[in-house]
Amino acid sequence: MLVWNDLPLLILLLVSAFGAVIVRDLIGAVLILGSYSFFLALTWAWLGSSDVAFTEAVVGSGMSTVLFLFALFQTVPKENPSSHRDTPWFAAIGLGILGLLLLYGGTDVPRSGDLAAPANVYLSPIYIQQSSAQMNTPNMVTAILMDYRSLDTLIETAVVFTAGVACAILLRRQNP
Amino acid sequence: MIAAHDSLIVHTITRVLLPVIQLYGIYVLFFGQYGPGGGFVGGVIFGASLILTLLVFGARSNENYLAKRALRVEGLGLIIFAGIGGLCMIFAGQFLNYSAVPIPGFDLPTTRSIGIVGTMIGVAVDIAVTTISIVDSLSLADQEGRLV
Repeated sequence: MLVWNDLPLLILLLVSAFGAVIVRDLIGAVLILGSYSFFLALTWAWLGSSDVAFTEAVVGSGMSTVLFLFALFQTVPKENPSSHRDTPWFAAIGLGILGLLLLYGGTDVPRSGDLAAPANVYLSPIYIQQSSAQMNTPNMVTAILMDYRSLDTLIETAVVFTAGVACAILLRRQNP
Repeated sequence: MIAAHDSLIVHTITRVLLPVIQLYGIYVLFFGQYGPGGGFVGGVIFGASLILTLLVFGARSNENYLAKRALRVEGLGLIIFAGIGGLCMIFAGQFLNYSAVPIPGFDLPTTRSIGIVGTMIGVAVDIAVTTISIVDSLSLADQEGRLV
């Protein structure tokens, strides 16, 4: 079911995503990718999930753009045209079929805010009713991330730390 | 190695904006219990302010001593997070069950709230230190053309 109010944001998302792929200048592609993340953050905010929107705006259009630019300073800023020799027919047909399958499967996904959806039936009411009383935390997202599911957050923190260590191991070698 | 930016305007505006950005990062970190935000976003904003000092004042200046100090405590955030979990196990609770730690003068919900604040500080420290570490790794690579 398409809601017509979402259509301008959806068009902006598609246009910026296509632009980031098509543009040959890599620095321009990185900046278009940042604007794509910003439109995605607007979409999350439009759908009512402000925590995800905040994270997407800060990480997607802020931090990852800076890291991409730092990585690009080590290379040439133009895409190598020899990497476009032949059309990858297998990937093109396979991705088309995959997109059709995803569209077909998307018809079964419950709508946003559906009371009969499985996620809203048995676990969310407990969080909504009890998180403020159990831990003095009115923001339920923080309560879930940091208390109910804190082990997941610990492993995510470990993943970020591992990324930093991997960058240091790869890039700070004395004798390559 | 990152050289310093040579524009006076950029230097002045950075000196004005920097405390505001860092204060906003800390605000987002501690306001995460009451509104959008939290440890991850606060850590990213604080790390972005450290990257700004590195880009504007250069890698060798004295203004970015905080970024240089941050490189020495890589992994501190993970230790804070996992240490709070271990503290809960020492007081005979489950791992990361904050209500097991008895803090005198606080009731049970406040204890869990304090545990959430502690783990958010751990996440923020880990994210900020990791971002500045990745930027330092990437900027070290072009020194004397070591890589490639």
